[in-house]
Amino acid sequence: MSDMDEMDDGSGIIKKFMFLNRKAPHGTVYALEGLEVVLITAAFDQDVSLVFTDDGVFQLMKGIDTKGIEVKDFSKTYRALEGYDIEKLYVDQASMDARGLTEDDLIVDVTVLSVDEMANLMAEQDVVISF
Amino acid sequence: MPMVNIAGKEVEVDEEGYLVDLSQWNEDIAKYMAVEEKVDLTDSHWEVVNFLREYYAEYQIAPAVRVLTKAIGKKLGPEKGNNKYLYELFPYGPAKQACKIAGLPKPTGCI
Repeated sequence: MSDMDEMDDGSGIIKKFMFLNRKAPHGTVYALEGLEVVLITAAFDQDVSLVFTDDGVFQLMKGIDTKGIEVKDFSKTYRALEGYDIEKLYVDQASMDARGLTEDDLIVDVTVLSVDEMANLMAEQDVVISF
Repeated sequence: MPMVNIAGKEVEVDEEGYLVDLSQWNEDIAKYMAVEEKVDLTDSHWEVVNFLREYYAEYQIAPAVRVLTKAIGKKLGPEKGNNKYLYELFPYGPAKQACKIAGLPKPTGCI
């Protein structure tokens, strides 16, 4: 057993990975599983972007309280991403507007993108994985 | 999952010996885990263990070793935030061993 980041696959190829988060944080396991995949990917030194769109923007909301549903509040973990050198976080403007949210409602610093900007960013990626 | 008796208290651990319910953690459990890991706990070890517990309280995850090393460097200085120092304290992996002693789950990204 060893920590992943001590291994070297020797290839040194860096691809652009985008993880697309589309679902509300709780009720399904997508958001938590997506976050775990992102944290694991970080060990491989890839170029990682995270996008939050549709109900996925709720994942980043401040003041989430999961006591009543007896599950872990992993929203705090998004604040650890910086330490994993994952600093490219994007949210979709239209999704924020539709839910009455602004950047001030979110627990991390994000870049808000229009539909066109988001489309361009997606077109640049080597891999897009949707959760 | 297996139960172990630590200082007269039954606690549940996973198949690799990590504490299942971290709210049960106390110093007796830390000492028990340290013996399991063949680590002789000193103040320097406690410093890392306590750091990890604070990290978990803030971020709700056990950090990968690279992240732990960097975060310790930031908080406790570069003479502690390096692999040599941390591996001397926890020879079988600082993240893995110190997390176990701190009652945290196995770090994400650790295989």
